[in-house]
Amino acid sequence: MGWYNKRLAKSIWVFHVSASPCNNCDIEILDLLTPKYDVERFGIKLVGSVRHADVLLLSGIINQKVAPKVKHLYEQAPRPIFVVGVGTCPSGGCCFNDSYNKVPVREEIIPINLYIPGCPPKPEAMIEGIVKLVEVLNG
Amino acid sequence: MNPEYLFFLLIFPGLLFTAVLGLSVGWIDRKVSARFQFRVGPPFWQNFNDFFKLLGKETIIVKEGIHSLFLAAPFIAFATLAFIATLIGMALFFSRGFGGDLLVIMYLLMVYSVMIVMGGAATGNVYSSIGAGREIKLLLADELAFILVCLVPIIKSGYQVNLEQLLLVQAEQGVFIGSVSGFIAFVIGLLCIQAKMTLPPFHIPEAETEIVEGPFMEYSGPPLAFWKLNHFMMYVILPFLLILLFMGGFNFQGIGILWAILKYILIIVLIIIIKNTNPRVRIDTALNFFWKYATPLAFIALILAVLGV
Repeated sequence: MGWYNKRLAKSIWVFHVSASPCNNCDIEILDLLTPKYDVERFGIKLVGSVRHADVLLLSGIINQKVAPKVKHLYEQAPRPIFVVGVGTCPSGGCCFNDSYNKVPVREEIIPINLYIPGCPPKPEAMIEGIVKLVEVLNG
Repeated sequence: MNPEYLFFLLIFPGLLFTAVLGLSVGWIDRKVSARFQFRVGPPFWQNFNDFFKLLGKETIIVKEGIHSLFLAAPFIAFATLAFIATLIGMALFFSRGFGGDLLVIMYLLMVYSVMIVMGGAATGNVYSSIGAGREIKLLLADELAFILVCLVPIIKSGYQVNLEQLLLVQAEQGVFIGSVSGFIAFVIGLLCIQAKMTLPPFHIPEAETEIVEGPFMEYSGPPLAFWKLNHFMMYVILPFLLILLFMGGFNFQGIGILWAILKYILIIVLIIIIKNTNPRVRIDTALNFFWKYATPLAFIALILAVLGV
């Protein structure tokens, strides 16, 4: 699978899953996709359909209303699929950690392969995170 | 069957050559588009990486809809395009054709659009259905103008419906683009191939930001890879057809190679410039444009061609 993983590492298509964020990380993700940072030079492309995705960019605490939809999206994505949690929310919950509507166990909804902490993380930090994923894929 | 024909179909003017050249030219398109937006752009092997990556992904078949048609559509379209590429390549590189091959190419190009409609409509997805409907409307819009454009070289060559004869006439009397009717037809033809390739401003069926790639939305894995490959093969087939019809084909003797590459690059660059400087039009705007302006203009070119101008 080494040869195939190298191809995968050079062509990562990203689908943006917005799981009840405060919209701060989403704006930074949009920043990442602007011409200034130009992630197309690494082969990263934003796709609109989850069927085309290799990486799900997950932002926000997952509250109980979106949890079934996030789970459904993860099941609908073609394997191999990687999930990247953007921001502090998917890992630590940030300031929404004590919310009444947060799902109790996040791992039951969606397994996350890589965390990019920050509130919000800078686009440079996100690029670094994706590069780490690429390094893992390259072995 | 002669094994020579298998070589023509699978390797040189046909499948492999068109696929590799198409993916490379797709890189030129992406790179130049990136430079238009002051970006760096992807590396050369990007389209190849995308293709091989998609081949290894899981194929998800939707629960509803017609599964066989859903899976067959991209491969039928791929086979159709490989066949068109062989027909055009045989005339361009080996000067071989048969009576009526231009008509066959016109029909087969329509089959490609029909396959997009079939594949999109077979899924039962709302966005795919909208995309398939828009593809039909776009086909209705550009097809008449495209047929009229193809008729102009036929009339100018003295009613020869044979690609080889068209090239011979152009070699004797000068290229058709040099005349008034030929030039008008070439410009309309350029806009028609823009619509046939569903490139901006006519990427109405697969508007990424609006109906998320339309007919291709539910595709994943190898079928999606072949849809992407089909799209890039069109970058070779349609410019080659225009070169054949209006620019006198290729001449591979001495300096002719340079001219051949320049002709191809000229058409590709024109397509990329149109693509990057125009926003997406609505479907009614596209119909208006083709039926009110492009088709009458192509008809005028046809009349001028009959008059011999």
